[in-house]
Amino acid sequence: MEIEFTLNGKLVYEEIADDTTLFQLLRRKACYSVKCGCETENCGLCTVLVNGKSRLSCSLLAARANGCEVVTLEGVEKEAKLFGMYLAEEGVEQCGFCSPGLIMNVLAMEREEVLDDEGIKEYLAGNLCRCSGYMGQLRAIKKYLSRGEDRDEL
Amino acid sequence: MRTVNTSVKKKDAMALVTGKPVYTDDLAPGDCLIVKVLRSPHAHALIKKIHKEKAEKVAGIACILTYKDVPQKRFTMAGQSYPEPSPYDRLILDQRMRFVGDAAAIVAGETEEAVDHALRLLKVEYEVLEPVLDFKQAKDHQVLVHPEEDWLTLCPVGGDNKRNLCASGREEHGNVDEVLKQCDYVVEQVYHTKANQQAMMETFRAYSYLDAYGRLNMVASTQITFHVRRILAHALDIPKSRIRIIKPRIGGGFGAKQTVVAEVYPAIVTMKTGRPAKMIYSRYESQIASSPRHEMEVHVRVGANKEGILQAIDLYTLSNTGAYGEHGPTTVGLSGHKTIPLYRTAKAFRFGYDVVYTNRMSAGAYRGYGATQGIFAVESAVNELAEKMGMDSVKLRELNMVKEGDIMPAYYGETLNSCALDRCMARAKEMIRWDEKYPRVDMGNGKVRGVGVAMSMQGSSISGLDVASVELRLNDDGFYTLMIGASDMGTGCDTTLAQVAADCLECDVDEIVVHGTDTDVSPYDSGSYASSTMYLTGMAVVKACGEMREKIIRKGARYLDCPEDSLEFDGNRVYQPSGELEISLKDIGNRVMCFNEDMLTAGASHTSPVSPPPFMVGMAEVEVDKETGEVELLDYVAVVDCGTAINPNLARIQTEGGIAQGIGMAMYEDITYSAKGQMLQNSFMQYKLPTRQDVGHIRVEFESSYEPTGPFGAKSIGEIVINTPSPAIADAVANAVGVRVRELPVTAEKVYWGMNR
Repeated sequence: MEIEFTLNGKLVYEEIADDTTLFQLLRRKACYSVKCGCETENCGLCTVLVNGKSRLSCSLLAARANGCEVVTLEGVEKEAKLFGMYLAEEGVEQCGFCSPGLIMNVLAMEREEVLDDEGIKEYLAGNLCRCSGYMGQLRAIKKYLSRGEDRDEL
Repeated sequence: MRTVNTSVKKKDAMALVTGKPVYTDDLAPGDCLIVKVLRSPHAHALIKKIHKEKAEKVAGIACILTYKDVPQKRFTMAGQSYPEPSPYDRLILDQRMRFVGDAAAIVAGETEEAVDHALRLLKVEYEVLEPVLDFKQAKDHQVLVHPEEDWLTLCPVGGDNKRNLCASGREEHGNVDEVLKQCDYVVEQVYHTKANQQAMMETFRAYSYLDAYGRLNMVASTQITFHVRRILAHALDIPKSRIRIIKPRIGGGFGAKQTVVAEVYPAIVTMKTGRPAKMIYSRYESQIASSPRHEMEVHVRVGANKEGILQAIDLYTLSNTGAYGEHGPTTVGLSGHKTIPLYRTAKAFRFGYDVVYTNRMSAGAYRGYGATQGIFAVESAVNELAEKMGMDSVKLRELNMVKEGDIMPAYYGETLNSCALDRCMARAKEMIRWDEKYPRVDMGNGKVRGVGVAMSMQGSSISGLDVASVELRLNDDGFYTLMIGASDMGTGCDTTLAQVAADCLECDVDEIVVHGTDTDVSPYDSGSYASSTMYLTGMAVVKACGEMREKIIRKGARYLDCPEDSLEFDGNRVYQPSGELEISLKDIGNRVMCFNEDMLTAGASHTSPVSPPPFMVGMAEVEVDKETGEVELLDYVAVVDCGTAINPNLARIQTEGGIAQGIGMAMYEDITYSAKGQMLQNSFMQYKLPTRQDVGHIRVEFESSYEPTGPFGAKSIGEIVINTPSPAIADAVANAVGVRVRELPVTAEKVYWGMNR
C-alpha cells in the first residue's frame, strides 16, 4: 500500500507491505538512530514521536503513520545535543544504544511537565538501560529540566 | 596529574547521544545477504535428513547450508587466549542437536521476507534422543552430550566427554575436615544461582564481506577482536592472515560478546557465496541461544571458633556449562578463588568443582565470571554463620577480612599491595546507618525493614596470561594517534586510556586521537574482559608514552644539535633547562615529515604476573510485606576500592550499573525450563530486567588505595560491582523476616512460603 506522512518535517510518500512496522520503515528511510532491543514493547529503544506523542515504533504498523507527523532523533538534533550534553556530563551515555529512545521520551515528558522524581521514574519506566543503573540518568534529567535559559544556547 | 582522576567526557559522547549511525547494523552495506539460522526444537536429537529443495526455490534465496557443507574441525567459540582452556566441542553446524535452539541449518537470502519464507519450508527429520537436563544428574549419566571421538581439549582441565565432564578439579590447603571438627560453629549449606542473561540492549550481530584482496572482513559487535580472528580461522579452516576483524561502537557486552555467538554464520555465507552477509540476532534468539552466566550450585561449609574467628572454608561448586563448554573450565575457578581469599583468618580451605555438560543452552562469560555465583554462596554462608553465633554480620567480617600486606594462599599466594576493604566497610556502615537498623525495624503496619551486607573481590586481568599492547604515533603539528586493541563497549576505555596517555605526555585529551580495534591496524590485545582494560592496557599506554617521550627528546637533540641529557620535554617543547635552546613539539612533528630516517612511533605490551583485586562492600535495606512476601528494595549503598579512579564519573556509572544488574539477578531475573528442555523466558516479557522503578536508591562512594602495579595506582572496576547485591539483598530479607532464600532470585513467592512453611 502507499502511505504519505511527514518525517522530520519533510513530506514522504512510501510504498509499503501491509505488515511493515514503522520501525522497519524508519530504518529503511535512513533514520538509524531508531534502534530495536526487544521486539515486544518492553525496552523503549524504538521510541519516536507520532503527532507529538511518544510511540514504540517496533509495534506500530507503518500504515498507522499515514497522514501523521513522525519525528525521530534526526529531527530534533539540537534538543538531543542539549539534553545529551547533560547525559555526557554525568558520563551516563555509556554504550549509547538506548540513548535515542530515552532522549525522545524525555523530550515528550518535558512537554507534559513531569518534574518530580517518582513522576520521572514512572514516565520513563518503559525505557530500559542495562549499562547505567538509572541513577545517573535521573541526575542528568533533573539538571536538564531545571536548567537556566542560557543553556539553551548550546 | 591533569586529566587522570577527572571526569572527562567520553570522546564518542556526542555521536552517541545524537543517534549517529555508528553501530554494526547502521554500518552494514545495503546489499548484505540476510542470514538466519534454523533452530532445533529438540533438546537432544540427531538430524536424519534435511529437505531443502522447496526452500531453495524461494525467490531471493542465495544459499542453504547444513552440517554437510561446513568444515569438520572442532573449535570453541570462547574468546580466550590460545590454547583455550575451553574444549573444542563445536562445529559451525553439527548433525547432533544439543539444546532447544541449537543451529540445524543456515539460510541466507536477499531479503528478510525471503529468508523467513525459506525457513518455514525447510523440513528436518530428527531422531529424537533422551536429553540430560538436570545438571545434578549429568556427571556419569548414560546419555552423553558429546559422545563424538574428535572432542578435544588443549589444556589439562579435568574434562572427559565420556563422563559429561567439561572440567573438574580440586585443591586443598591444610586439613579442612579436621579444622571444621574443632570449630565451635559450623554452617553447611547449598546455594543455587541461575543462568542469567547479560541482556545488553544491542543483541549479537555481525556482517562480513570480501575485500579487494579477497580477504574476509568482518565487522562485529565484539569484545575480543583478536580472538574472533583466531576462532573464525579455526571454524572456517582458513589462515588467520586472510581475516580482518573490525569493532565499531558496541551496544553493551557484559561478557556476552566475549563469546563468538553470531560471527560464524555470516562468515561462512560470505565464504561460500562471495557476497556481503549479515546476521542480526533477535531478542528471542539472544535469550534462547547465546552465552549466559553459568548456573552453579555451590556447597559451602564454614566454621568459626567462639570468638568469631573463621577457621576453615570448604567449597564445592557444580557448574552447568550446558551444551557446549565455552568458558566452563575457567568461570568455575572464580567461585573459589575470589571468595576464599576474602577471609584472612582461615587456617584451612578446600575448593573442588565439576563442570558438567547438559542439553541446555550453552553458558559463557558474564560480568563477575563465576565470582558472582561464589560470592552469593560464601557471603550468604558467612551471614548465616553470624546469625548462628548471634554476632553482628559486619562485626564478623571486621574480625576476619583480608588486609593490605596479607599474603593470600587461596589467591595464588599473591601479596595484597593495595586494599581499602576495611575502610569500605566502615564507610558503608555509616552510609546506611547500620547500627540503627540492624537487623530489623518493624514498621508496625505489617511491613518489616531489614538490612544485609556482603563484600566482594575480583581480579584485574588474568595474571601471567593476558597481554595488552598499544601503539603510539606522533603526527605532524604534534598530536598523537593511540592505537589500542582493547574494545570499548560503552565503558569508555577509548577515553580513559587517552586520559592516561594525556597525563604521561603532558597534553590535552583532545591531542590524543584514539583508534578503536581493527585487527589489521591495532596491536594485539587479548581483549576487553577479565577486568583487564584499565589495569593492563593502561600500563601498556604508560610504557609506550615513556618510550615516546625518550624518542621526542632524542629527535629534539638531533634538531637542536646538542646532547640528549641536557634536554627536557614538557609536553609542548623540548628545551634546555640550563640554556637557550628549544624546539616545539609542533616543529618536531612537522620536521619528521621530510628527510626523516626514523619514525616517531612507540609501542608497548604489558602483561602482569599478579592480578590485584579491587574490593567492594555492599549493603541493602529492604522492606518486606509480611502478608504477601513482597520485597521492596529501599536503599543500596556501595563503597568500592578500585585503586585510583581514572575517570570518577565513568567509574561511578560502572558501579551504579553493575549494582542494578546485580539487583536484577537478586530479585527479578529468573530462568526456567519446560520438561522438554525449552527455555521459557525467551523475551523481555518474561525475562524481567529491572526498570528505574525497581532499583531503589543506589548510592555509591569510593575509598581509594594505590596499586603499585597499575597505571596511576588503578585497579579494575568493571566486574566486581555486580557481586554484592544478591547476597546482601538475600541477607536483608533474612534479617527482616527470617527467611533465608538460597536459590536466586529472591521472589515474593519464596519469601511468602518461607514465612508460612
